[in-house]
Amino acid sequence: MMGSKKLWMVVAVFTCLAMLLTACGEKKKPEPAKAPEPAPFVFGVVLVGPYNDHGWSEAHYMGGKYAESKIPNAKMIYVDNVNPGAKPGVTIPQVAEDLISKGARIIFTTSDDFKDGTLEAAKKYPNIPFVNVSGDHAWKEGKDYKAPNNLSNFMGRMEYGKMIAGCAAALTTQTGKIGYLGPLINDETRRLAVSAYLGAKYAWTNILKKDPKKLKFKATWIGFWFNIPGQTLDPTKVAVDFYKSGYDVVISGIDTTEALVEANKMAKAGKKVRAIQYDYKEACKEAEEVCLGVPYFNWGPAYVKAVKMALENRWTQYWDWDGPDWKDINHPDTSAVGFVKSRGLSQENAEKVDGFIKGLADGSINLFKGPRQFQNGKTYLKEGEVATDLQVWYFPQLLQGMEGRSK
Amino acid sequence: MNKEFIRRIIPLQIAAILLALSLSAVILTILSISPIDAFSLILSGAFGSPAKLAYVLTAWAPLLLCSAGLLVTFAAGLWNIGIEGQVVMGAVFATGLMRILQDSLPPSAVLLLAALAGLLGGALWGMLVGGLRRYGSVNEIFGGLGLNFIAGSLTVYLILGPWKRPGIGSTSGTEPFPPSLWLPGFKDFQASPIEMILGLIAIASVAIALRDTHFGLRLRAVGMNMKAAFLKGVPVDQDLFLAFGLCGALAGLAGWVLIVGTSARHNLYPLISSGYGYLAILVVLLANLKPFWSVPISFSFAAISMGSLQLPLQRQLDSSLGGVIQGMLVLSVLVINGIRSRWLRHEG
Repeated sequence: MMGSKKLWMVVAVFTCLAMLLTACGEKKKPEPAKAPEPAPFVFGVVLVGPYNDHGWSEAHYMGGKYAESKIPNAKMIYVDNVNPGAKPGVTIPQVAEDLISKGARIIFTTSDDFKDGTLEAAKKYPNIPFVNVSGDHAWKEGKDYKAPNNLSNFMGRMEYGKMIAGCAAALTTQTGKIGYLGPLINDETRRLAVSAYLGAKYAWTNILKKDPKKLKFKATWIGFWFNIPGQTLDPTKVAVDFYKSGYDVVISGIDTTEALVEANKMAKAGKKVRAIQYDYKEACKEAEEVCLGVPYFNWGPAYVKAVKMALENRWTQYWDWDGPDWKDINHPDTSAVGFVKSRGLSQENAEKVDGFIKGLADGSINLFKGPRQFQNGKTYLKEGEVATDLQVWYFPQLLQGMEGRSK
Repeated sequence: MNKEFIRRIIPLQIAAILLALSLSAVILTILSISPIDAFSLILSGAFGSPAKLAYVLTAWAPLLLCSAGLLVTFAAGLWNIGIEGQVVMGAVFATGLMRILQDSLPPSAVLLLAALAGLLGGALWGMLVGGLRRYGSVNEIFGGLGLNFIAGSLTVYLILGPWKRPGIGSTSGTEPFPPSLWLPGFKDFQASPIEMILGLIAIASVAIALRDTHFGLRLRAVGMNMKAAFLKGVPVDQDLFLAFGLCGALAGLAGWVLIVGTSARHNLYPLISSGYGYLAILVVLLANLKPFWSVPISFSFAAISMGSLQLPLQRQLDSSLGGVIQGMLVLSVLVINGIRSRWLRHEG
């Protein structure tokens, strides 16, 4: 019977310890008396990755913070890491229910992965406005229009950001080999990889006047927006493979920072390699010397628009595809996409990139203009034909000259 | 036997629960989180509204099914770690059948056949563990782990390969099935009674089978002493195969629930087993292999799992803290059981 008593002793000691610690913890929360505030207008944000991923999800988190700062009394609540790796089986209707029960009056679901779930949730809660970022269910002219009235979409025209990234990559590469670290494969990611390629090809042939055949552009897809061990290819390994096989610039198309992290390691070991980040304005900060720059989303204004519409009771369904503000692509209040150069880009090339941006801005450079061929040789755009929004959004295949899988 | 259970086991399990809660509280406090705050968040996250309760019930159903299956294998003294893979294979078989038949048969028939396919898929994968054990001398723990990996890789292959959504190469899952192929729920209470009834029937049948049938008696004999059972003429190999098959079948049915359940994602995705199999191992261990007790324990585990979603939502904490609490529970039970058996030996 001694054993039993000892056991209870252990339990009792732990319980007391826990209670003591709990009591200490409680005291740390003095609540200063405040004047009563009007009830905040709560908006909910569902993030696919961690809110501090220095990539896609953090850009959305910052967008929400921006809306909080611009709209008096607006308050963001969020759930992050909603993905099959971190929270298997957790559904968007479930997360939406939770956010609504916490007072959310509008909900942003910020991944293409949430497309189906958002549709289901929007039908289930017809009085709550939903915005699925990067989706097309609310695009009346699109191919997949089936959203109820309380569901809208917005997206940034990242094509331009990726073209600038491609341009910077081609100007910098010594080997003429550019790697594209791609996420999963769909219309959006094909569109963005193609944009990067078109920017690179333009810089290679029109700025550097080099032989187009000597430019290699290869996309490798990992299978999701970020690494999920056992499910996706390991982006670290893909990046290392690129660098070790002579691709000296890697453009990241995924939500996280593996390309830059690996480039930094290689650079420290004496290799001349560079990376281009994605999504988040400050993503180069981890290693500015090896980063050429980052095409990023500035979601703030789009969040402000949606929250205001819901707040002021004038919600109507919309589908926005917001471009850069060509007067200043890095303007925090007006530009939906931007490009921040980093110290890895030489002064000389930085000037050339500026020239390229100017060309895009004044329309003298239009890369979605024919002739362009798909990877399989079929025509994408005839001579002189300019792609419509539908043709750019729904990108069925990579273009000729690119290496990598199209589906 | 029953008196012994009430006098000795229950206090021990309660001690284990207290120990687990205290340990979790210590960890939370170290992370400068108030444990009372965290625990009450978990509670309100599980029972705060009918919708939340519905999600708890949604998680409860697969947990019940897996626990029922594990009661069988544990009775035979087997550690069926491979249960996760058996859930996955049930989901894979159910998905495959639904993909083939969804346009040609009425939805209820498709759902029913898919359930049978799920049972079959799980049973086959379970018996494979048994086969590896019998003919390859692979301990069921290692065989099960290996087969879990294979089942996981197979889903990724199917999702990115033959079953991928048109024009999309994403590991996030297959094309969702239409609402006609979801189990019916209530309008404001998104849980299907079918799921729970199946789970409860499974537990009850297993309880009866283990207690009152010849097969149950033999299994328990094998579980207590395999050699002796063999010498007494129990067909040990056959019974072990059956145990694996039964457990796999119930796990496979859980896989089916995870595809067609009212609040499921309605498609096949990697890790669809969502750890329910492992969690059920903890349930059955905590219930000390008693069917009756697995019912409330699995329910509270489902509540902790769902309730801990509140941690990131309300306090920006990681929801995996819920898993920490569950893990603590089981570790405490194992430790206390270990100490108990040591002290029993001393007494003996």
